[in-house]
Amino acid sequence: MSLFEHKISELHEFVHKKEVKISELVDESFKRIGEVEEKVQAFLTLDEENARAKAKQFDDKMGTEEANNPLFGLPIGIKDNIVTKGLRTTCASKILENFDPIYDATVMKKLHNSGTITIGKLNMDEFAMGSSTENSGFHKTYNPWNLDAVPGGSSGGSAAAVAAGEVPFSLGSDTGGSIRQPAAFCGVVGLKPTYGLVSRFGLVAFASSFDQIGPITRTVEDNAYLLQTIAGVDPHDSTSVNVEVPNYLHALTGDVKGLKIAVPKEYLNEGVSPEVRESVLASLKVLEGLGATWEEVSLPHSKYGIAAYYLLSSSEASSNLSRFDGVRYGYRTPNAKNLMELYKKTRSEGFGEEVKRRIMLGTFALSSGYYDAYYKKAQQVRTLIKKDFEDVFAKYDVIIGPTTPTPAFKIGEKIDDPLTMYAEDLLTIPVNLAGVPGISIPCGFANGLPIGLQIIGKHFDEGTVYRVAHAFEQATNYHTQKPQL
Amino acid sequence: MSGISKEQVYHVANLARLEINDQEAEKFTKQLDDIINLAELLNEADTSNIKPTSHVLNIQNVMREDVAEQGLPREEVLKNVPDHKDGQIRVPSIIE
Repeated sequence: MSLFEHKISELHEFVHKKEVKISELVDESFKRIGEVEEKVQAFLTLDEENARAKAKQFDDKMGTEEANNPLFGLPIGIKDNIVTKGLRTTCASKILENFDPIYDATVMKKLHNSGTITIGKLNMDEFAMGSSTENSGFHKTYNPWNLDAVPGGSSGGSAAAVAAGEVPFSLGSDTGGSIRQPAAFCGVVGLKPTYGLVSRFGLVAFASSFDQIGPITRTVEDNAYLLQTIAGVDPHDSTSVNVEVPNYLHALTGDVKGLKIAVPKEYLNEGVSPEVRESVLASLKVLEGLGATWEEVSLPHSKYGIAAYYLLSSSEASSNLSRFDGVRYGYRTPNAKNLMELYKKTRSEGFGEEVKRRIMLGTFALSSGYYDAYYKKAQQVRTLIKKDFEDVFAKYDVIIGPTTPTPAFKIGEKIDDPLTMYAEDLLTIPVNLAGVPGISIPCGFANGLPIGLQIIGKHFDEGTVYRVAHAFEQATNYHTQKPQL
Repeated sequence: MSGISKEQVYHVANLARLEINDQEAEKFTKQLDDIINLAELLNEADTSNIKPTSHVLNIQNVMREDVAEQGLPREEVLKNVPDHKDGQIRVPSIIE
């Protein structure tokens, strides 16, 4: 049995009782990477030398107060759009191929303080734009359950690395579903926290009013440990919110008696495949058996989610990505005669096709004469979608549905048609538009590929989301299944 | 409001400081046109008297004390600069 089949709390216990050394945990990570990385290709950069040196150092710190932290000495993988001081951060883009960050993201500072050991940086769709990790500027990542299938995206590397047992946990980021969708496709647990719960300082910006960093793990309990570490207000991110961060572990009571679940009919309609629908309905039965009740509701503006999201997120991206101009950092074209050419050639040579497409869409939506018709209209629709959620949450504790309409699709299947790829995010996007938290947990299999159950909560009510997810996990064994690699 | 022409695609590319060739312009025109047609769906939604949401939480004007802090050292800041001289960033000529 691999060490990483144990929960974080068990790994901590092993280390604490000196049954396992921290250097052995790091060995385990690199041993597994040696065995499966050629097939999965989850990482863009490995930090082996530093990780091993740190592990050795940490072995000598056992018995100190620092070593009591529940995450002390545990190996972690980080999505490559989170800046790591001195460790190459590329956003899977040629334009940042050799970018060496000069500071750490706030989440990295928090992880360092808790004693995690960074194993490497994980593959993604370029600048987090995509749903399959096929848009990476460097290489594809493959689904550990079926190497012909995509791992999902944009945090495909983060989900695949955990599913493949290369690291016990990782960080991803979610703008329109980029944590939950790959978690669903790879059979792991992924949470998008409430907008503002986790600092975005040092997360390379894609769409600033949507982006959130969140944990990807094997179990719900592990997820709660990691969120506990990274949550909280940050003076460097004025959109982070000053709320008291509760103890998420206390929420894992296993008790859902009397819990009121809303199931949006829009989330189980004809667009959702029969096997996914059946898994979700079976999951609701499990929760009913535990004492919860569910009713069908409507989120009537869901169908506008994709259009509103792509207009807004692309508009924000067109502004955010203007910083990549070849002047201060990143790639610079060798072929420019003047400054305007420098900008244009640098950006055209450095960005991939999907990134260019979204910059163009956003620039168009914000341009003179079109702003009201597209950008403002989409912002108004966002208000309606947010209100849909508020209305349902006035009467119910959580909303449950599938994370994705289908299990993982084949590599190459959707890459040539942007609209088909965008439709992939149908059930995750409304959550980002409303800013509420959502988790994906494994709830079944179809043809050997995992299916994800999405549990959505009220603003800053991650506790209830975790409670429901944990109760379901305790009553089922989907999370104990492992891919054969 | 419907559709996007190839001329508009070139115009938008210029605004976005992207250089695209004819083949790319062709492809982007078709793809952006599809996406914009999808966006027309939003016209169905009644948004009269609905305020736009730019931010999901009601945070406004986050203030802090105006205290000077030590900035990053110049060598560090210049570390990722593609071309610099005497502590300054160098770019090609701006005025011909």
